[in-house]
Amino acid sequence: MAGPRFVADPPEAARTVALETLTAFYHAPSGTTHILAPPAPQILEALAGRPGEADEVLARIGERFELASDDAPAAIAARLAELEAAGLVRRA
Amino acid sequence: MRRLELRIGPVSFRIGSAWAGPLDQLECLYAGYPAAEAPCDFTVRLEPARPWRRFLRPSVAIAGDYWLPDTAPLPLSLGLLAAEMGMNLQMALGQRRYLLLHAAAVEREGRALLITGPSGAGKSTLAALLGERGWRFMGDEFALVGLDDGLLHAFPRAVSLKNEALALFPDVAPERLGPLLEGTPKGTIRHLRPNDEAVARMDQPASPALILFPRFDRELEPAVRPVGAAEVFVRLTQASTNYVALAEPGFAALTRLVTNVPGRAIDYATGEQAVALVERLWEEVR
Repeated sequence: MAGPRFVADPPEAARTVALETLTAFYHAPSGTTHILAPPAPQILEALAGRPGEADEVLARIGERFELASDDAPAAIAARLAELEAAGLVRRA
Repeated sequence: MRRLELRIGPVSFRIGSAWAGPLDQLECLYAGYPAAEAPCDFTVRLEPARPWRRFLRPSVAIAGDYWLPDTAPLPLSLGLLAAEMGMNLQMALGQRRYLLLHAAAVEREGRALLITGPSGAGKSTLAALLGERGWRFMGDEFALVGLDDGLLHAFPRAVSLKNEALALFPDVAPERLGPLLEGTPKGTIRHLRPNDEAVARMDQPASPALILFPRFDRELEPAVRPVGAAEVFVRLTQASTNYVALAEPGFAALTRLVTNVPGRAIDYATGEQAVALVERLWEEVR
Protein backbone atom coordinates (compact mmCIF):
# COMPACT_ATOMS: atom_id res chain seq x y z
CA MET A 1 0.00 0.00 0.00
CA ALA A 2 1.36 3.36 -0.96
CA GLY A 3 1.92 5.85 1.86
CA PRO A 4 1.00 9.52 1.83
CA ARG A 5 2.53 11.70 -0.85
CA PHE A 6 4.58 14.72 0.21
CA VAL A 7 6.06 17.73 -1.53
CA ALA A 8 8.64 20.31 -0.43
CA ASP A 9 9.00 23.91 -1.58
CA PRO A 10 10.97 24.43 -4.82
CA PRO A 11 14.77 24.83 -4.59
CA GLU A 12 14.64 28.64 -4.85
CA ALA A 13 12.67 28.79 -1.57
CA ALA A 14 15.58 27.44 0.44
CA ARG A 15 19.25 28.12 1.15
CA THR A 16 21.47 25.38 2.47
CA VAL A 17 24.98 25.50 3.90
CA ALA A 18 26.90 22.42 5.03
CA LEU A 19 28.19 22.68 8.60
CA GLU A 20 30.42 19.62 8.97
CA THR A 21 28.02 16.63 8.96
CA LEU A 22 24.95 18.82 9.50
CA THR A 23 23.19 21.28 7.22
CA ALA A 24 21.97 24.77 8.02
CA PHE A 25 18.70 25.13 6.10
CA TYR A 26 17.02 28.50 5.64
CA HIS A 27 13.36 28.18 4.64
CA ALA A 28 12.43 31.49 3.00
CA PRO A 29 8.60 31.11 3.02
CA SER A 30 8.55 30.82 6.84
CA GLY A 31 11.76 32.77 7.55
CA THR A 32 12.93 29.95 9.81
CA THR A 33 16.32 28.28 10.06
CA HIS A 34 16.68 24.56 10.71
CA ILE A 35 19.72 22.44 11.50
CA LEU A 36 19.24 19.16 9.64
CA ALA A 37 21.00 15.82 9.92
CA PRO A 38 21.17 13.37 7.00
CA PRO A 39 19.05 12.17 5.30
CA ALA A 40 16.68 15.15 5.90
CA PRO A 41 18.46 17.52 3.43
CA GLN A 42 18.49 14.77 0.79
CA ILE A 43 14.76 14.11 1.32
CA LEU A 44 13.98 17.83 0.92
CA GLU A 45 16.04 17.94 -2.24
CA ALA A 46 14.26 14.86 -3.63
CA LEU A 47 10.84 16.41 -2.93
CA ALA A 48 11.62 20.01 -3.96
CA GLY A 49 8.70 20.82 -6.26
CA ARG A 50 8.30 17.08 -7.08
CA PRO A 51 5.62 15.23 -5.05
CA GLY A 52 6.35 11.68 -4.01
CA GLU A 53 5.73 9.05 -1.33
CA ALA A 54 8.38 7.38 0.82
CA ASP A 55 9.37 4.69 -1.70
CA GLU A 56 9.76 7.25 -4.48
CA VAL A 57 11.85 9.45 -2.19
CA LEU A 58 14.04 6.46 -1.47
CA ALA A 59 14.42 5.70 -5.16
CA ARG A 60 15.31 9.33 -5.97
CA ILE A 61 17.87 9.49 -3.20
CA GLY A 62 19.19 6.04 -4.17
CA GLU A 63 20.06 7.36 -7.64
CA ARG A 64 22.73 9.56 -6.06
CA PHE A 65 23.53 8.04 -2.67
CA GLU A 66 24.14 4.54 -1.49
CA LEU A 67 21.68 3.65 1.24
CA ALA A 68 23.10 0.87 3.34
CA SER A 69 20.34 0.29 5.85
CA ASP A 70 17.75 -2.49 5.42
CA ASP A 71 15.06 -0.47 7.14
CA ALA A 72 15.62 2.58 4.93
CA PRO A 73 11.92 2.82 3.91
CA ALA A 74 10.84 3.03 7.57
CA ALA A 75 13.57 5.59 8.29
CA ILE A 76 12.47 7.74 5.34
CA ALA A 77 8.84 7.57 6.50
CA ALA A 78 9.88 8.63 10.02
CA ARG A 79 11.95 11.57 8.69
CA LEU A 80 9.03 12.62 6.45
CA ALA A 81 6.77 12.78 9.51
CA GLU A 82 9.35 14.97 11.29
CA LEU A 83 9.77 17.25 8.28
CA GLU A 84 5.99 17.59 8.02
CA ALA A 85 5.79 18.57 11.71
CA ALA A 86 8.56 21.16 11.10
CA GLY A 87 6.59 22.61 8.18
CA LEU A 88 9.25 21.74 5.59
CA VAL A 89 7.14 19.23 3.64
CA ARG A 90 3.37 19.06 3.20
CA ARG A 91 0.90 16.52 1.90
CA ALA A 92 0.69 16.64 -1.88
CA MET B 1 15.73 68.91 27.06
CA ARG B 2 19.53 68.87 26.74
CA ARG B 3 21.08 66.90 23.92
CA LEU B 4 24.34 65.12 23.13
CA GLU B 5 25.26 63.59 19.80
CA LEU B 6 27.77 60.81 19.66
CA ARG B 7 29.18 58.47 17.05
CA ILE B 8 30.43 55.05 18.04
CA GLY B 9 31.90 53.17 15.10
CA PRO B 10 29.36 53.25 12.26
CA VAL B 11 26.41 54.10 14.50
CA SER B 12 25.39 57.58 15.65
CA PHE B 13 23.14 58.43 18.56
CA ARG B 14 21.29 61.51 19.69
CA ILE B 15 20.75 61.38 23.41
CA GLY B 16 18.38 63.81 25.07
CA SER B 17 17.85 64.14 28.78
CA ALA B 18 15.53 66.09 31.05
CA TRP B 19 18.45 66.34 33.52
CA ALA B 20 21.95 67.68 32.89
CA GLY B 21 23.71 65.13 35.14
CA PRO B 22 23.55 61.97 33.01
CA LEU B 23 24.63 63.88 29.88
CA ASP B 24 27.56 65.52 31.69
CA GLN B 25 28.71 62.08 32.80
CA LEU B 26 28.22 60.68 29.30
CA GLU B 27 30.20 63.56 27.79
CA CYS B 28 33.12 62.86 30.18
CA LEU B 29 33.00 59.13 29.55
CA TYR B 30 33.00 59.55 25.78
CA ALA B 31 35.50 62.44 25.63
CA GLY B 32 37.45 62.25 22.36
CA TYR B 33 34.74 60.39 20.43
CA PRO B 34 33.76 61.89 17.08
CA ALA B 35 30.65 64.04 16.71
CA ALA B 36 27.68 62.40 15.06
CA GLU B 37 27.02 63.10 11.43
CA ALA B 38 23.40 64.13 10.97
CA PRO B 39 20.96 62.55 10.71
CA CYS B 40 21.60 60.28 13.68
CA ASP B 41 20.73 56.59 13.37
CA PHE B 42 19.02 56.40 16.75
CA THR B 43 17.49 58.68 19.34
CA VAL B 44 17.47 57.99 23.08
CA ARG B 45 15.54 60.13 25.54
CA LEU B 46 15.81 60.12 29.31
CA GLU B 47 12.55 61.44 30.66
CA PRO B 48 10.84 61.63 34.05
CA ALA B 49 8.71 58.52 34.63
CA ARG B 50 5.94 61.01 35.66
CA PRO B 51 6.11 64.81 35.25
CA TRP B 52 6.70 65.47 38.96
CA ARG B 53 9.39 62.78 39.08
CA ARG B 54 11.70 65.22 37.35
CA PHE B 55 12.19 66.90 40.73
CA LEU B 56 10.70 64.65 43.38
CA ARG B 57 12.77 61.43 43.87
CA PRO B 58 13.84 61.82 40.22
CA SER B 59 13.12 58.69 38.23
CA VAL B 60 14.53 58.14 34.74
CA ALA B 61 12.47 56.38 32.08
CA ILE B 62 14.17 55.33 28.84
CA ALA B 63 12.44 56.35 25.62
CA GLY B 64 13.54 56.65 22.00
CA ASP B 65 12.95 55.30 18.51
CA TYR B 66 12.60 51.82 19.97
CA TRP B 67 11.57 50.95 23.46
CA LEU B 68 10.16 48.16 25.58
CA PRO B 69 6.95 48.88 27.50
CA ASP B 70 8.03 47.15 30.70
CA THR B 71 11.47 48.73 31.18
CA ALA B 72 11.52 49.83 34.82
CA PRO B 73 12.61 53.44 35.44
CA LEU B 74 15.92 53.99 37.23
CA PRO B 75 16.83 56.49 39.95
CA LEU B 76 18.61 59.60 38.69
CA SER B 77 21.84 58.39 40.33
CA LEU B 78 21.85 55.66 37.63
CA GLY B 79 21.09 58.10 34.80
CA LEU B 80 24.33 57.21 33.01
CA LEU B 81 23.33 53.53 33.08
CA ALA B 82 19.91 54.49 31.70
CA ALA B 83 21.62 56.25 28.77
CA GLU B 84 23.80 53.20 28.11
CA MET B 85 20.80 50.88 28.34
CA GLY B 86 18.90 53.18 26.01
CA MET B 87 21.66 52.95 23.40
CA ASN B 88 21.74 49.14 23.75
CA LEU B 89 18.00 48.98 23.32
CA GLN B 90 18.06 51.00 20.09
CA MET B 91 20.74 48.71 18.69
CA ALA B 92 19.08 45.47 19.82
CA LEU B 93 15.66 46.42 18.47
CA GLY B 94 16.47 48.66 15.53
CA GLN B 95 19.80 47.76 13.95
CA ARG B 96 19.32 46.33 10.45
CA ARG B 97 22.56 47.22 8.64
CA TYR B 98 24.69 44.64 10.43
CA LEU B 99 24.25 41.20 11.90
CA LEU B 100 24.36 42.01 15.59
CA LEU B 101 26.03 39.53 17.92
CA HIS B 102 26.00 39.88 21.66
CA ALA B 103 29.77 39.58 21.83
CA ALA B 104 32.97 41.39 22.70
CA ALA B 105 35.73 41.80 20.14
CA VAL B 106 39.41 42.69 19.97
CA GLU B 107 41.77 42.96 17.00
CA ARG B 108 45.41 42.37 16.20
CA GLU B 109 47.09 42.74 12.78
CA GLY B 110 43.75 43.27 11.06
CA ARG B 111 42.24 40.05 12.42
CA ALA B 112 39.51 39.96 15.03
CA LEU B 113 38.82 37.72 18.00
CA LEU B 114 35.11 37.42 18.86
CA ILE B 115 34.24 36.60 22.46
CA THR B 116 30.70 35.49 23.14
CA GLY B 117 28.74 33.66 25.81
CA PRO B 118 26.16 34.22 28.52
CA SER B 119 26.26 37.08 30.99
CA GLY B 120 28.92 36.39 33.60
CA ALA B 121 31.21 34.47 31.23
CA GLY B 122 33.67 37.36 31.41
CA LYS B 123 33.36 38.77 27.89
CA SER B 124 33.70 42.42 28.89
CA THR B 125 36.52 41.93 31.36
CA LEU B 126 38.52 39.72 29.00
CA ALA B 127 38.11 42.12 26.06
CA ALA B 128 39.07 45.09 28.25
CA LEU B 129 42.11 43.23 29.61
CA LEU B 130 43.28 42.34 26.11
CA GLY B 131 42.61 45.95 25.07
CA GLU B 132 45.21 47.08 27.61
CA ARG B 133 47.72 44.44 26.49
CA GLY B 134 48.49 45.07 22.87
CA TRP B 135 45.16 44.24 21.28
CA ARG B 136 42.80 46.83 19.87
CA PHE B 137 39.50 46.88 21.77
CA MET B 138 36.56 46.81 19.32
CA GLY B 139 33.63 46.51 21.72
CA ASP B 140 32.30 44.59 24.70
CA GLU B 141 28.56 44.55 24.06
CA PHE B 142 27.74 44.16 20.38
CA ALA B 143 29.84 42.86 17.51
CA LEU B 144 28.67 44.15 14.13
CA VAL B 145 29.12 41.74 11.22
CA GLY B 146 28.84 43.39 7.80
CA LEU B 147 26.09 41.79 5.72
CA ASP B 148 27.99 42.36 2.48
CA ASP B 149 31.66 42.17 3.46
CA GLY B 150 31.52 39.73 6.39
CA LEU B 151 33.92 42.00 8.25
CA LEU B 152 33.67 42.85 11.90
CA HIS B 153 32.97 46.54 12.48
CA ALA B 154 34.05 48.13 15.75
CA PHE B 155 31.50 49.45 18.21
CA PRO B 156 33.79 50.49 21.08
CA ARG B 157 31.37 51.62 23.75
CA ALA B 158 32.53 52.29 27.29
CA VAL B 159 33.13 48.95 29.05
CA SER B 160 30.79 48.16 31.90
CA LEU B 161 32.98 46.58 34.61
CA LYS B 162 31.83 45.02 37.83
CA ASN B 163 33.46 46.74 40.78
CA GLU B 164 35.55 43.68 41.69
CA ALA B 165 36.93 43.49 38.13
CA LEU B 166 38.37 47.01 38.47
CA ALA B 167 41.26 45.59 40.49
CA LEU B 168 42.49 44.03 37.24
CA PHE B 169 43.06 47.53 35.81
CA PRO B 170 45.35 49.27 38.31
CA ASP B 171 47.16 51.34 35.69
CA VAL B 172 44.33 53.02 33.78
CA ALA B 173 44.16 56.80 34.03
CA PRO B 174 41.39 57.89 36.44
CA GLU B 175 39.82 60.17 33.80
CA ARG B 176 38.95 57.06 31.78
CA LEU B 177 36.62 55.85 34.55
CA GLY B 178 32.97 56.81 34.93
CA PRO B 179 31.24 57.33 38.27
CA LEU B 180 30.66 54.43 40.65
CA LEU B 181 27.13 53.16 39.98
CA GLU B 182 25.68 51.31 42.95
CA GLY B 183 22.56 49.15 43.06
CA THR B 184 22.44 48.27 39.36
CA PRO B 185 21.02 44.89 38.21
CA LYS B 186 24.68 43.75 37.97
CA GLY B 187 25.63 45.13 41.38
CA THR B 188 28.15 47.95 41.70
CA ILE B 189 29.62 48.80 38.30
CA ARG B 190 31.90 51.36 36.77
CA HIS B 191 32.42 52.26 33.13
CA LEU B 192 35.86 52.33 31.50
CA ARG B 193 36.49 54.43 28.41
CA PRO B 194 38.35 52.42 25.74
CA ASN B 195 41.91 53.65 25.22
CA ASP B 196 42.95 56.23 22.62
CA GLU B 197 43.89 53.62 20.02
CA ALA B 198 40.44 51.98 20.22
CA VAL B 199 38.75 55.35 19.66
CA ALA B 200 41.14 56.55 16.94
CA ARG B 201 40.77 53.31 14.93
CA MET B 202 37.03 52.74 15.44
CA ASP B 203 36.37 53.10 11.70
CA GLN B 204 38.72 50.27 10.77
CA PRO B 205 36.94 46.91 10.39
CA ALA B 206 38.75 43.61 10.87
CA SER B 207 38.50 40.13 9.46
CA PRO B 208 37.09 37.64 12.00
CA ALA B 209 39.71 34.97 12.80
CA LEU B 210 38.57 33.16 15.97
CA ILE B 211 35.29 32.79 17.88
CA LEU B 212 35.79 32.20 21.59
CA PHE B 213 33.24 30.87 24.10
CA PRO B 214 34.74 31.55 27.53
CA ARG B 215 33.47 30.04 30.77
CA PHE B 216 34.56 31.57 34.05
CA ASP B 217 34.46 30.01 37.48
CA ARG B 218 37.01 30.27 40.30
CA GLU B 219 36.93 26.45 40.61
CA LEU B 220 37.65 25.69 36.94
CA GLU B 221 40.91 24.25 35.64
CA PRO B 222 42.11 26.02 32.47
CA ALA B 223 40.93 24.05 29.44
CA VAL B 224 40.33 24.40 25.70
CA ARG B 225 37.78 22.55 23.58
CA PRO B 226 37.11 22.92 19.85
CA VAL B 227 33.53 23.95 18.98
CA GLY B 228 32.20 22.65 15.67
CA ALA B 229 30.65 24.91 13.04
CA ALA B 230 27.09 23.65 13.66
CA GLU B 231 27.36 24.35 17.40
CA VAL B 232 28.91 27.77 16.76
CA PHE B 233 26.07 28.52 14.35
CA VAL B 234 23.36 27.59 16.86
CA ARG B 235 25.05 29.47 19.71
CA LEU B 236 25.47 32.59 17.57
CA THR B 237 21.83 32.57 16.43
CA GLN B 238 21.02 32.65 20.15
CA ALA B 239 23.57 35.44 20.71
CA SER B 240 22.16 37.59 17.91
CA THR B 241 19.44 40.11 18.61
CA ASN B 242 18.49 40.64 14.96
CA TYR B 243 19.21 37.32 13.18
CA VAL B 244 15.52 36.51 12.67
CA ALA B 245 14.62 40.06 11.60
CA LEU B 246 17.40 40.11 8.97
CA ALA B 247 16.00 36.96 7.32
CA GLU B 248 18.06 35.59 4.44
CA PRO B 249 20.89 38.17 4.56
CA GLY B 250 21.33 37.24 8.23
CA PHE B 251 21.54 33.56 7.34
CA ALA B 252 24.11 34.30 4.62
CA ALA B 253 26.26 36.45 6.95
CA LEU B 254 26.16 33.98 9.82
CA THR B 255 26.85 30.85 7.75
CA ARG B 256 29.76 32.65 6.08
CA LEU B 257 31.16 33.55 9.50
CA VAL B 258 30.90 30.06 10.99
CA THR B 259 32.20 28.21 7.94
CA ASN B 260 35.28 30.46 7.70
CA VAL B 261 36.17 31.05 11.34
CA PRO B 262 37.10 28.35 13.90
CA GLY B 263 35.40 28.17 17.30
CA ARG B 264 36.98 27.33 20.65
CA ALA B 265 35.58 27.12 24.18
CA ILE B 266 37.84 27.93 27.11
CA ASP B 267 37.49 27.42 30.85
CA TYR B 268 39.37 29.76 33.15
CA ALA B 269 39.55 30.77 36.79
CA THR B 270 41.57 34.00 36.56
CA GLY B 271 42.04 36.82 34.08
CA GLU B 272 45.70 35.88 33.67
CA GLN B 273 44.76 32.33 32.67
CA ALA B 274 42.25 33.64 30.13
CA VAL B 275 44.80 36.00 28.54
CA ALA B 276 47.39 33.19 28.35
CA LEU B 277 44.85 30.82 26.72
CA VAL B 278 43.85 33.48 24.19
CA GLU B 279 47.48 34.17 23.25
CA ARG B 280 48.12 30.45 22.79
CA LEU B 281 44.99 29.89 20.68
CA TRP B 282 45.76 32.96 18.59
CA GLU B 283 49.12 31.49 17.65
CA GLU B 284 47.43 28.21 16.69
CA VAL B 285 44.94 29.83 14.29
CA ARG B 286 47.46 32.10 12.57
